Amino acid sequence: MSDRQYRLVTCTINGRERTAMVDVRASLADMLRGEYSLTSVKIGCEVGECGACAVMIDGECFNSCIYLAIWADGKHITTVEGLTKPDGSLSDLQQAFVDETAIQCGFCTPGFLIEAESILEKGRIYTDQELRKLLSGHLCRCTGYDNILRAVRKVMYTRNGLPVPEETKEQPVVIQPEDIQ
Amino acid sequence: MYDIEHLYEAKTVEEAVSLRLAYPDAVILAGGSDVLIKIRSGKLAGCDVISIYGIDALRGIHMEEDGTIVIGSLTSFSHITQDPIIEKNLRVLGEAVDKVGGPQIRAIGTIGGNTCNGVTSADSASTLLSYDAVVELTGPEGKRLLPLADFYLGPGKTDVREGEIQTSLRIPKESYEGHEGYYIKFGMRSAMEIATIGCSVNVALNDEKTALTDLRIAYGVAGPVPMRAKKTEEAFRTAELTCDTVKAIGESVLSDVHPRDSWRAPKNLREHLCRQMAEDALVMAVKRSGGVISGMPESDVPAKDFLDITMFPEAGLDPKEVAR
Repeated sequence: MSDRQYRLVTCTINGRERTAMVDVRASLADMLRGEYSLTSVKIGCEVGECGACAVMIDGECFNSCIYLAIWADGKHITTVEGLTKPDGSLSDLQQAFVDETAIQCGFCTPGFLIEAESILEKGRIYTDQELRKLLSGHLCRCTGYDNILRAVRKVMYTRNGLPVPEETKEQPVVIQPEDIQ
Repeated sequence: MYDIEHLYEAKTVEEAVSLRLAYPDAVILAGGSDVLIKIRSGKLAGCDVISIYGIDALRGIHMEEDGTIVIGSLTSFSHITQDPIIEKNLRVLGEAVDKVGGPQIRAIGTIGGNTCNGVTSADSASTLLSYDAVVELTGPEGKRLLPLADFYLGPGKTDVREGEIQTSLRIPKESYEGHEGYYIKFGMRSAMEIATIGCSVNVALNDEKTALTDLRIAYGVAGPVPMRAKKTEEAFRTAELTCDTVKAIGESVLSDVHPRDSWRAPKNLREHLCRQMAEDALVMAVKRSGGVISGMPESDVPAKDFLDITMFPEAGLDPKEVAR
């Protein structure tokens, strides 16, 4: 491409207004990693399936790999770097991930944290099934998801000043011979 | 970095129309969850792109004075499900679009893009079709309205003419008023999945709730484009609500649909699904309308909506209620 196109993109990233000249072909993930060194944004599948690149844009969780950088102009973006407290200590959500062993290799973790944060900001109490659906856009190949769900659930209750209830064990569906005709 | 040759950005519908006229071969980019993937995979590599994602005027849902529900083409799936107008009047559409991909895909995916790319598996399409949605296109000559059924020309082909972009989808009052419906998506997984078959049924019942007064059945993936089961609808429009009717409708839809073999599923599985899903969705739609199907044992009526969870605004509980 001989005549490269660039666009000036101004957006608020983790509470700070930032401006950069960006190639129009860049994805938001490219911009956040390349221009701002926000490497919590992981590039996984690059086709919007795995959720590792998820960032919060105006309160909603998006896959930044299939979001053009130029669309971010004027938007408020939050990455995991923005969840950490100003003194560098972990947020309650991040700490819960550590405590519940919701992290193994860690590649999916930033995406899950951002998604969980956007869910928790709605200020509602969800059932386990609802949480599963809300978290379903992220792939994790290590943990088997249970610990992630447990961590999000814990913070959902504690942030609302509620005791964390006992877990509801999902009953396995057993098909009896007489069910099959 | 995407392999895009030139990118043109429209901020208003007028800009989009003039860009469409100036660069007729450029691909229209709405949310990008299809187009950007195709650029990445190489199918559209090196293309020119007109991005319309920045046209905020095409976002949002409102009701016109005559009761027509107007959905801006760039409204994302998540915003459709969250909208109180949809929740109140077109619940099925809110549920159907909440089955698309995963949460982040629903945040970026637009209903206009879902219909304009002309794929048969679009989750929004069968429900829109069953509600006789009307497509509004804006071009150099102004606005043009046409039924969604006529908008589909063939697989991946829709009637978006030179200089035009789709600007809204309109649901007339008579199609949703007094109707209740149900959408079932069958896929191998419950998230990040493309429908093997999607079936949307909506009904209106008589005052005694013993017979149908209207019946509409629409499918995705039962043919090259989303389609209605017209013959079945004609034959059973005012049928009595009995077990035999339900079975007969299931039997009859097979004369309407013509699914094909694909790597995702064989034809005979799809035919089986078309029949079973028409029956199940009908039973659920009737149940929602407060009707009872005579002769159907209670055990055959699902106690609650299969495994469906829809993130309507009321999903979840208020922490104050939980505390009590």
